[in-house]
Amino acid sequence: MTITSARPKSRTDSTPAAQAAGKRFYTPYSFWFYLPTALLYSVLFLIPTFASFYYSLTRWTLFDSTFIGLDNFVMFFQEPALVKGFTNTLVFAVVTSGSKVVLGLLLAVLLTSRIIGRGYLRSVVFFPVLVSSIGVGLTFQVLMNPERGLINGALGVIGIDGPGWLTDPSWALMSIALIDVWKGVGLATLIYIAGIVSIPREYMEAARVDGAGSWESFRRIVLPLCKPATVTVIILSLIGGLRSFELIWATTRGGPGFTSDVIASVIYKQYQAGFYGLSTAGNVILFLVVTAIVLPLNWFLNRREVDL
Amino acid sequence: MSTAELVNHKPGRNYLLSAIAIVSSVVVFVIPFVFIVLTAVKDRQQSADLDFAWPHQFRIVQNFVEVLEARDYMLVIAFINSTILTVASVTGMVVLAAMAGFVLQRRKSRWNPFINFLVLSGLIIPPAVVPTIWVLQQLGLFRTMPGLILIEIAFGLSFCILLFRAFVATIPRELDEAAIIDGAGPLRLFFRVIFPLLRSVIITVVVVQSVNVFNDFVNPLYFLPGDQNATVQLTLYNFQSQFSTQYNLLFMNILLITIPPLIMFLFFNRRIVAGMTSGAIKG
Amino acid sequence: MTFRPGTRGPAVLAVCSLALTACSAGSLGSSDDSGGGGSIEITYLIGNQEQDLKEAQQLSKDFTAKNPGITINLETRPSGSEGDNIVKTRLSTGDMTDVFAYNTGSLFQAIAPDKNLTSINDEPYIGDLDENFRKTVTSGDKVYGVPSGGFMGGAVLYSIPVYTKLGLQVPKTWAEFIANNAKIKAAGGGVAPVIQTYGETWTSQLFVLGDFHNVAAAEPDFADKYTKNQAKYASSPAALKGFEHTQQVHDLGYQNKDFASAKLPDGLKMLATGKGAHYPILSGVVNDMIATNPNAAKDVGLFALPGDDATKNGLTVWTPGGIYIPNTTTGDKLEAAKKFLGFVASPDGCKSLASAGVPTGPYAVKGCELPADVPQAIKDMQPYLDKEGGSSLALEFLSPVKGPSLEQITVEVGSGIRKAKDGAARYDEDVKKQAQQLGLAGW
Repeated sequence: MTITSARPKSRTDSTPAAQAAGKRFYTPYSFWFYLPTALLYSVLFLIPTFASFYYSLTRWTLFDSTFIGLDNFVMFFQEPALVKGFTNTLVFAVVTSGSKVVLGLLLAVLLTSRIIGRGYLRSVVFFPVLVSSIGVGLTFQVLMNPERGLINGALGVIGIDGPGWLTDPSWALMSIALIDVWKGVGLATLIYIAGIVSIPREYMEAARVDGAGSWESFRRIVLPLCKPATVTVIILSLIGGLRSFELIWATTRGGPGFTSDVIASVIYKQYQAGFYGLSTAGNVILFLVVTAIVLPLNWFLNRREVDL
Repeated sequence: MSTAELVNHKPGRNYLLSAIAIVSSVVVFVIPFVFIVLTAVKDRQQSADLDFAWPHQFRIVQNFVEVLEARDYMLVIAFINSTILTVASVTGMVVLAAMAGFVLQRRKSRWNPFINFLVLSGLIIPPAVVPTIWVLQQLGLFRTMPGLILIEIAFGLSFCILLFRAFVATIPRELDEAAIIDGAGPLRLFFRVIFPLLRSVIITVVVVQSVNVFNDFVNPLYFLPGDQNATVQLTLYNFQSQFSTQYNLLFMNILLITIPPLIMFLFFNRRIVAGMTSGAIKG
Repeated sequence: MTFRPGTRGPAVLAVCSLALTACSAGSLGSSDDSGGGGSIEITYLIGNQEQDLKEAQQLSKDFTAKNPGITINLETRPSGSEGDNIVKTRLSTGDMTDVFAYNTGSLFQAIAPDKNLTSINDEPYIGDLDENFRKTVTSGDKVYGVPSGGFMGGAVLYSIPVYTKLGLQVPKTWAEFIANNAKIKAAGGGVAPVIQTYGETWTSQLFVLGDFHNVAAAEPDFADKYTKNQAKYASSPAALKGFEHTQQVHDLGYQNKDFASAKLPDGLKMLATGKGAHYPILSGVVNDMIATNPNAAKDVGLFALPGDDATKNGLTVWTPGGIYIPNTTTGDKLEAAKKFLGFVASPDGCKSLASAGVPTGPYAVKGCELPADVPQAIKDMQPYLDKEGGSSLALEFLSPVKGPSLEQITVEVGSGIRKAKDGAARYDEDVKKQAQQLGLAGW
């Protein structure tokens, strides 16, 4: 919802209110309103962030720091786990946000149709969003237990030998992505529902009068008019996916070995190990990666929308 | 299939589709929660089987009491702490972000791109933990509840400002003008005229952020260490090692800390959609 | 270099059974002066493992009983590397509790003891500390900590019923160990020859870390060279063995079927119920095992990780954790904290510890004896300790160099994701960061 609305709707710059105020330049939109926010944000977020840019160039033991230039960054890119973590991060973000777009849209269409138990279904799909990642992670760790877990137990009944969801190197990352989608699809669905219910009824009526089939109206009306919702879902879940950490930590801690490591968990491991400078360098890298992906994408998606 | 319903408003409901939807929702979304509940009321031995069996004996009260009593009622203390933290920081976020979002939307200046950039970075940049601790220490706020509250506010502001800014755009400027002509100053304009109109987006912000803060795990771990300060997510984490063979208690704990979001949800279920619809998307 | 309590063992026993009173008098001595006045409260930070907590509760209770003016409040932190972080953060921000428990050895060196801790060099009980232990809590020429428990062995716990049933002998070499595994597997009955529990990654490291006695036996100067960046796991044939063993157990299919997801309690249960025959692990877990499976006290034994040479076979030993005072503790609280350390480093302290649970191994304070009814696995440690050259300290107590990712690497090697040689090379890379962070010469 965030970035979509950022699209500039440049209204009159000199407000009528300012004119109404007469003699001297007056605006009711006082800059003082920014003050508490600015203060808090600068002190607790900007200053530490800038400090971290410096510390990323040091070998830092928390007790003292030695300036070592770009060594941390060099070392970070020599770290084999990072290469793995890097691709994992991208795969994870793309898979989760892609699934959330597709599933979210499908569920939203379903949940805005005349279906029995619609209220129940909406609630049940959305509720996991509200449960803590740690709780969800611990629960699924048990459900996905390869020998005794409920999921493989159920698969066993229908004759499928389920994989070691979180313990098999080739499955671990995808299993976490699955949990992430399970937990997060409700939010995507909600955003899409909001988009769909705001489509004026007349459009549908008109389409029906014109003899458009249901697929046709979906493609011609629902899909384009849900564009803002799609942009929101993509951007939000990409940011979430790229920074994703808690769920991975609660389920596999990047394991087995390094197979489900993402940038955020690599950073955290360096941090835990006491390599504060190195970890902070990782923070800076993550920041650059997220910015490099999200900002152009945001610009691109919103640009397309204006063209439409 | 479903689009047909949406688009054509055919009379009658699609029973087959409804049945499929309900059955799969039960399998995918309900069973995990039932599993949590069942495991939470089992005895220790049975819970270790990790299966979906009906409990041999219901130990709701015993498990509940055991979890509460663990570590000198740590969970009770944690619930109090989490409540204070959530209420205070969400209140702060709403007021500060609404003010900032209001001015940001209304007043166009050459600073706006820069401010927008800062707001966006707040959403993207992963916070740097240790320098933040250092700053808090300088302010004498490290390991204090006010310190953690300010942290939560600072980290949550960006998201709220974006929502508020989007919503303020839907409020006609004519309202502002009318109020100004009536002689309202900036503060009165905002708090008496605009703020009440923000109700639906405020509810969205409150729900989203209180769930975020309540479920937050990393920030309390670093900025408010110590058992007497524990928040609910930390208890889960602490109990994970202590209850490593007592899945019933671990799940009872998961169950208990899921109840507040559940209540939140039951209260605001419809409002969340309303807030999203009116504020965020149409922006 | 080599850990030989045996050489001193009898002497210590003799001295201490005689001087038991003297020892405790020494530590009590510090408590009669100045203690009297108003009540003092000090806070003690410990890991949140159930056993740590029990012991700390017992210690503080018994301490307060002896020193009525002082009460100790406990505070817990997560254990493992998350806990490391909290300790470092709190020390660096001057916000540490009055007393805290933390690791000895390389992790202890990483918290900059000279800058952050109060030395206990002048305390009367300093001479009562085991010399091997003292080395691991010394930085420069100052001693900083007292032991929070007993020594631990990194060894193989084995199921005695399985051994008796199949008529097996305790192996002295790796070849014998593998032969035993083959027999156990051939005997069937669902008994896993080797229990591995990668659901808790730290448990995967024992084939490597617990093998250090054998490394030291083959290359006595390995630890020194290792610190100086002259010896590497990948290039030292003896050190590489640990990784190779990890891989071999996987390749031969000797692991339990659920090795990838099983956790420590699962492993202990398997061992105690005879569903698994061998479990390479730290002897510190014995207490937990017996708490849930009382029969394991006599059904589970212990032997050192076998190497190539039967004559040099011996036990790799971990020193206990330490209890330290940060230099932010001052005044009355400092006095009280020192008294508490004195109590812990006295036979009364050991008795208090022993009453809180099964010891993990021999104590590191003169005058402390193991209770007579210790479990078989702990008893089995004693012969190694008594024998000259029968035990060595683990590498992490001899060298400050220890990489943070070993547990992930051994999980990879033990799961067939990575080959032994490759894993060892990877670990050598991992270690480099740590050495540079510590500012060691030669890296």
